[in-house]
Amino acid sequence: MAARVEACTPCHGKDGEGTSDVYFPRLAGKPAGYLYNQLLAFKNGRRKYPPMNYLLEYLADPYLQEMAEHFAEQRPPLPASPASDVSQPVMQQGQALVTRGDPARQIPACGSCHGPNLTGMEPGIPGLLGLRPNYVSAQLGAWRYGTRTAKAPDCMQQVAARLTEADVTAVAAYLASRPAPINNAPGQKGAYVLPFACGSQSD
Amino acid sequence: MRVPSRILGLALLSLLAAPTADAQQQKSEAGGEIVKRGEYLARAGDCIACHTAPEGRAFAGGRAMPTPFGTLFSSNITPDRDTGIGKWSADDFYITMHRGRFPDGGLIYPAMPFASYTKVTRADSDAIFAYLKSIPPVNQKNREHDLRFPYNNRQLILGWRTLYFSEGEYKPDPSKSAEWNRGAYLVEGLGHCGMCHSPINALGGTSQSDAFKGGLIPMQNWYAPSLTSNREAGLGDWSIKDIVDLLKTGVSARGVVYGPMAEVVHNSLQYLTDEDTKAMAVYLKSIAEPASPPPAATKLPTSESSLLISLGKTVYDARCASCHGAQGEGKPPHWPPLANNQSIEMESAVNAIRMVLNGGYPPSTEGNPRPYGMPPFAGLLSDNEVAAVVSYIRTAWGNRGAPVRAREANELRSAPLN
Repeated sequence: MAARVEACTPCHGKDGEGTSDVYFPRLAGKPAGYLYNQLLAFKNGRRKYPPMNYLLEYLADPYLQEMAEHFAEQRPPLPASPASDVSQPVMQQGQALVTRGDPARQIPACGSCHGPNLTGMEPGIPGLLGLRPNYVSAQLGAWRYGTRTAKAPDCMQQVAARLTEADVTAVAAYLASRPAPINNAPGQKGAYVLPFACGSQSD
Repeated sequence: MRVPSRILGLALLSLLAAPTADAQQQKSEAGGEIVKRGEYLARAGDCIACHTAPEGRAFAGGRAMPTPFGTLFSSNITPDRDTGIGKWSADDFYITMHRGRFPDGGLIYPAMPFASYTKVTRADSDAIFAYLKSIPPVNQKNREHDLRFPYNNRQLILGWRTLYFSEGEYKPDPSKSAEWNRGAYLVEGLGHCGMCHSPINALGGTSQSDAFKGGLIPMQNWYAPSLTSNREAGLGDWSIKDIVDLLKTGVSARGVVYGPMAEVVHNSLQYLTDEDTKAMAVYLKSIAEPASPPPAATKLPTSESSLLISLGKTVYDARCASCHGAQGEGKPPHWPPLANNQSIEMESAVNAIRMVLNGGYPPSTEGNPRPYGMPPFAGLLSDNEVAAVVSYIRTAWGNRGAPVRAREANELRSAPLN
């Protein structure tokens, strides 16, 4: 399978660990269901990034599923957290949103869906560790502006719409600063109860 | 004045002829049979590629088709009575295919390949129509075209038609075999291969004498190679098996399909019967011209190109040789040979540069469901390195292409990908 996904490696790394380009995400160890949903979304044009849309356009769905499973099974070590240039108050705001959310603005904690260790949950919720702040900011921005969407109920769009520009910067910086947990595998399906319905987490 | 009277004549004729034709059709072909045959022919014509929008319902139209003159939107060809072709008769459908006019006589933009479909027989047109009548209707209004002045004036199509459209069903060549004629009918008619594989001039037309001579596809910036020149995609020195493999599975011992041709194999050619694919191969092999013009002389000074080519070898050995082989021999069918590969050597270097920049997968087909892909090197190589490696593969191992400049690589970085 590694030879069949060689086309992915210049941007995502040999084992999906990511590359020096801060906008290309780590794929390794994310739940296969999540990766498959993204491959389908790129193939169908729902998620727009022309180099990805182009590569996947004529590949069969079962093959995309295999590709998703391949990267989900990879376990390269998480990268060391990069030094952050944001201020202490910004980092604290990020920590608050990630771990506690902001009930007054109906913003759930990131950890309430993405797991107490932020390693995600099978089959559809991705881990948030090992991603660079630029990538997280760009994705949260895309959810806010509606250029990234997912199956209804599109919970990430609802959450991101409540975030300000400053919230996004803070969350991205805090997530990138987290050290790798000993076990970075996603949680089993149903390991915890989600705060609200999520179209990506099928029953 | 001849045109209107001919339309009137045809319309009257169809009124008289329609019931008889329908009755005959029913006698000769049971309902289920004709629908099945129509589905097959609709595949051969690749109707679905243009008449279905991304994530849209099949055949409901709405796909944006950018052209140098503005954006066209394909139409709904499901049998919905209000927004599709539910009220059309088989005659209406045949006139559209054959003459490029709507049932009310309105002119159709030639993005619809009626200049090819005019060659389709009445019986095949009726079968496709029967199939389209059998699919689920979708109520979805057609979107207005968004064309710039003066191209938004449909009357201009009359001028285009005078220059580039000659109406008429395919006429078999009695000096050729039935197989050859079947191949010609599919390639020139439903396959509408000439839409891409012919040079398109500034008026968006192709002259008959240039048919299948290759050309840059407008807006997509992929080069559709000549099907007649053995220095491009002319198949004169390919075996029938290799041609059939390429059309049917997307990969072959000589090369793989990529770019817009991946779509054609994915949506259309892989579904054709072995007999039809072989007929196309026989015809395609026969139209290759025995002698081809000599390769273009290099535009680069010798000292510059030798520097480029030596850098190119370094890049090649580091990045490409593990799959394509130290001598460009490849590991066919999945890793195509680059030595003696027309796609690399031909005068236009556009496709070779784009493959290096964008990479790509051949399509998943029944014969090759899990294709291997080429990595995109846009982020790893500089313009100079791309030009160098492309210059190297175009000139190494006896290949007779010309070196390319870094500027050409740079310009293609912004080529559209979808």
